[in-house]
Amino acid sequence: MTAPRYLWLVRAAVFAAAVVAVSGCAIEPWVKPYERDHLADPIMTFDRDPVSSSYTGHVYEAREGARGATGAAGGGCGCN
Amino acid sequence: MKRSLAIVVLSLGIARAAVAGVLPEDRADVLLHSYDGGGVTIQGPSLLVRKQFAQKFSVSANHYIDRVSSASIDVVTTASPYNEERTQQSVGFDYLHDRWMMNVGFTNSEENDYTAETFSFGVSQDIFGDLTTVSLGYSLGNDVVGRRGDATFREDVERQHYRLGLSQILTKNLLLGLSFESITDEGFLNNPYRQVRYVDTTTPQGYSYEREVYPRTRTSDAGALRLRYYMPYRAAVHAEYRKYSDTWAINADTFEIGYTHPIDAGWTIEGKFRSYSQTKADFYDDLFPRSRFQNFMARDKELSTFSSQTIRLGASYDIVRGGWKFIERGTLNVIVDHMMFDYEDFRDLRVTGGVAGSEPFYSFDANVIQLFASFWF
Repeated sequence: MTAPRYLWLVRAAVFAAAVVAVSGCAIEPWVKPYERDHLADPIMTFDRDPVSSSYTGHVYEAREGARGATGAAGGGCGCN
Repeated sequence: MKRSLAIVVLSLGIARAAVAGVLPEDRADVLLHSYDGGGVTIQGPSLLVRKQFAQKFSVSANHYIDRVSSASIDVVTTASPYNEERTQQSVGFDYLHDRWMMNVGFTNSEENDYTAETFSFGVSQDIFGDLTTVSLGYSLGNDVVGRRGDATFREDVERQHYRLGLSQILTKNLLLGLSFESITDEGFLNNPYRQVRYVDTTTPQGYSYEREVYPRTRTSDAGALRLRYYMPYRAAVHAEYRKYSDTWAINADTFEIGYTHPIDAGWTIEGKFRSYSQTKADFYDDLFPRSRFQNFMARDKELSTFSSQTIRLGASYDIVRGGWKFIERGTLNVIVDHMMFDYEDFRDLRVTGGVAGSEPFYSFDANVIQLFASFWF
C-alpha cells in the first residue's frame, strides 16, 4: 500500500493551512515594501519566460525518469 | 517518448505556478523550438497569450506542436524510423481576490496513438506582509494509449498530482522557493512498442526481444529548493537542488546554477549549468537472463542508471523600448542548450560482433534551440 508515501504531503498541506490561518496575526515584515526594488527586477523572477520554461521542462521530462517539483514555487514578492 | 508524454502534459498543465496577490502580466509569446540529438529531431511552434480583465481575472491560452522524426537507438535496433506530430492545447483561468489567487486549467494533447486530458486546480495566498506565498495544487489526468497498426489495442491511464509550493523573501536581495510534488499513476504505463532483450543462444547475435511489461501503478515524490540572489551590481545568480524518489526504486538528484546579466543597449545574457543523475528502476535490465525472467521487465533507457549535463547560453534583446502603439515592451530571445547523456547500464546494440552484454555503453549529445519573441501589452 502506497498511502503512507504521501502522508508527508497531507501533513505539509495541514501545516500550510495552519500557516495561512495564522497569517492574520500581525507579523512585521523584515523587508519593507520600499526595500523590494531589487526583488521586483525581472531578472529576479523564478519563471521569467513561461513559454520557454514549459518547453524546457518538456525536454527534461521526456528524457529523464524523475518528474515533478520542476516549476517555480511562486515568486510573489509583493513588489509590483 | 510515449511513457513520459502524459507526464509532460500534466506538468505543462500545472507549469504556471500560482503567484498570489498580483495577476500575471498581459503578454504574448511566439516560440520556435528545435531538439536534435540521438537520432531524434523534434521541432515546432508554441504560442502563449495571457490577458487580464476587470482587474480580477486573467485568461491564458497555449497552442503547442511537436513534429517528431525519430531514428533513435531504440528505433534503429528494434523498429523502423518514423515521423509523427503531437498537438497540445491549454487554457487557464485565474481569479484574484485580495491576497488569494485561484487558478483552473485544462490541457488536451493529441497524437495518432495517444490522447491525454488534464484538469488542474490551484490556490495561493500572500501572507506575512507579502513576504511569503503559499500555494497548493491538484491535477487529474486521463490518457488513452493506442498502438499503430492494432485498432483493437486501447489502454487507459489515470494520473494525479498533489503540489505544495512556498516562496519566501529572505532579504532584500535573496528569494527562496520550495516546491513538493507527489504523483500517482495507475494504468498502462509502459510504451506499447518498446521491447526488452534476453539471452537466446539459438540466435546468431545471442539475444532476442519481447515486449516490455511495467507495473500498473507508480507513485513518486519530488522536492526542490531554489535560491535567487541579486548581486551587488545589476545581475542575478540562482541555484537549485531537487531530490526525487519513486516506488519503482528510481532515485534522482538535480543540481543547477545560473547567472543572468543585463548589459547596455537593451541586451540581457544568461548562462546555466545543470547536472542530473538517477538510479535504475528495480525491474530494468539491459539484458535479461531468459524470456519472461520476471513479472515486470523494462529496457527503457530513461529507466536506467545514467547522468546528464546541460550547458545553457541565452540572450535577450529589447526591441520595443518605451512602447509602440498598444505594445508596452517587446523582446527577441535565443536560448541554446547543449545536453550530454551517459548511460551506465544501457548498451549500444548498433555495435555487433561481440558477446551479448559486452557492447559499449550508450551515450549521446543533443542540442536544443529556442527562438522566441515576447510582447507585453
